[in-house]
Amino acid sequence: MTDKKANVICRCEEIEIDEIRKWIDAGYTNFEELKRILRVGMGPCQGRGCRDIILREISKSTGKPVAELLPGVIRPPVKPVKAKLLAEDNE
Amino acid sequence: MTIKTADVIVVGGGVHGASTTYELAKAGVKVVLFEKEYLGSGGSGRSAAGLRQHFGTETNLHMAKYNLQVFPTLEEELDTGMSLEFTQWGYMWVAYADSVLAQLQKNVDLQKSLDIPSVMMAPDEVKARWPYLCMDGIIGVAFCGDDGHINPQTLTLSYGHAARRFGATVKTYCPVVKLLAENGKIKGVVTEDGEEWHAPKVLLSSGPWSTPLAATVGVDLPVYPERHNLLITEPVEVFDCPMVLCLDDGAYFKQCPNGTFMFGRDDQDEPHTTETTNSAKFLEGVTTSVLKRIPALSGIRVVRQWSGPYDNTPDHNAIIDWTPVEGLLVNCGWSGHGLQFGPSGGRVCKELLMGEKPFVDLYRFRLSRFAENDLFFEPAFI
Ligand SMILES: Cc1cc2nc3c(=O)[nH]c(=O)nc-3n(C[C@H](O)[C@H](O)[C@H](O)COP(=O)(O)OP(=O)(O)OC[C@H]3O[C@@H](n4cnc5c(N)ncnc54)[C@H](O)[C@@H]3O)c2cc1C
Ligand code: FES
Repeated sequence: MTDKKANVICRCEEIEIDEIRKWIDAGYTNFEELKRILRVGMGPCQGRGCRDIILREISKSTGKPVAELLPGVIRPPVKPVKAKLLAEDNE
Repeated sequence: MTIKTADVIVVGGGVHGASTTYELAKAGVKVVLFEKEYLGSGGSGRSAAGLRQHFGTETNLHMAKYNLQVFPTLEEELDTGMSLEFTQWGYMWVAYADSVLAQLQKNVDLQKSLDIPSVMMAPDEVKARWPYLCMDGIIGVAFCGDDGHINPQTLTLSYGHAARRFGATVKTYCPVVKLLAENGKIKGVVTEDGEEWHAPKVLLSSGPWSTPLAATVGVDLPVYPERHNLLITEPVEVFDCPMVLCLDDGAYFKQCPNGTFMFGRDDQDEPHTTETTNSAKFLEGVTTSVLKRIPALSGIRVVRQWSGPYDNTPDHNAIIDWTPVEGLLVNCGWSGHGLQFGPSGGRVCKELLMGEKPFVDLYRFRLSRFAENDLFFEPAFI
């Protein structure tokens, strides 16, 4: 595996740490904003793979402890589900 | 307490507040925007972001045409590094009843007279061009291939980002608790953290939250929230599926540029709330309706659902007008079609706030139309 790959923080959306740090430095210091700018946390895992690392980065930059940061919302369905199974009259 | 000042205060950082702030800052005005959460956290970021030139009144069409002139180069203009994901895969209105088809035809005739490239298409033409659509029972569609989609979140955030670059102050997570007026004139605002800001002009662009804010200076607005739901699927191969709006049960769907599909469906029984709670009933209804029309998606997975408030008025059209409080302008009440009016809404508000003549006649958007019972009837409202 190359170094570059190792820098990918959000694997679902393939977003690297440098990209995330760039926007934090530009003043977007909460997860809700970063999610909307970079799609981090919008992948099928809904941020299970990347949220904690990103919150730690925000914490480093702002000096606020992770526990005080807004974690963003996890939206239903919690795991991806086949549309067919949600529709009525599915076989 | 020190009082801070600006030339213009904008309350609410949805697409209309953000685009107006951008336009004003670009024109050199000292402007400050207050947003209670992050930019786009209201209706704007939650919208389906369908962009269309299918309206049935000249006023809306003039503005819609302007929007579609701006969108293709907006990412370049705002130059923020955020992608606006603008596509022009078209927007289709599908008729299942004769009276609906006749209205679509009228709308399209008006659009054509304004050089908008809309067409009517028969069921067999639809089948031939989009073989994956299964439109049993349709009698015709209206289609405009220049219409499309944009990412509503990066759109709103980009307007704010570019506004800052031009010197605007954009304060997020900073709710305004009340407006201030004196002797019938607007004076400023008070924020939740107790700051007082004064300006001779205030724009209220807080979507459905505009009503309680206007009431703090005695202005009565007939704008109320109505919850609407959307879902997004996993990405599949990109085949440029246009926005398809089914006029039988209000279901709609489209492909986004990253391959995901968005499904929505209007439901008259949804609560009148700004709470962004989720509806399980929505999932069953929308998937049943959409999969029937595009069976190829039956294996697709739903990744997320969310909801957001429409900012409805009694005639489902916006209010863009000076209020009885001198210096207080409102731009709200866009109902289900306001995201796409960000460019034109921002332009006319900037023009009004700078004392210029708006590029379209805003008479139909006036606030007094409700009291006068002279509503703004738009046949193609959502
Ligand atoms: C599910 C759904 C689908 C939609 N689909 C489409 C579509 O396909 N095409 C389309 O064009 N439109 C669509 N819309 C409609 C569109 O989203 C709205 O009409 C539009 O976003 C309104 O923009 P706005 O800037 O006026 O208001 P909003 O985006 O609601 O912005 C108001 C802002 O004010 C802020 N605010 C509230 N109170 C305060 C306060 N006290 N102090 C400071 N700030 C405050 C809010 O947080 C919010 O960010 C849809 C809406 C929904 C919900
Ligand atoms: S790793 Fe970021 S959304 Fe899945």
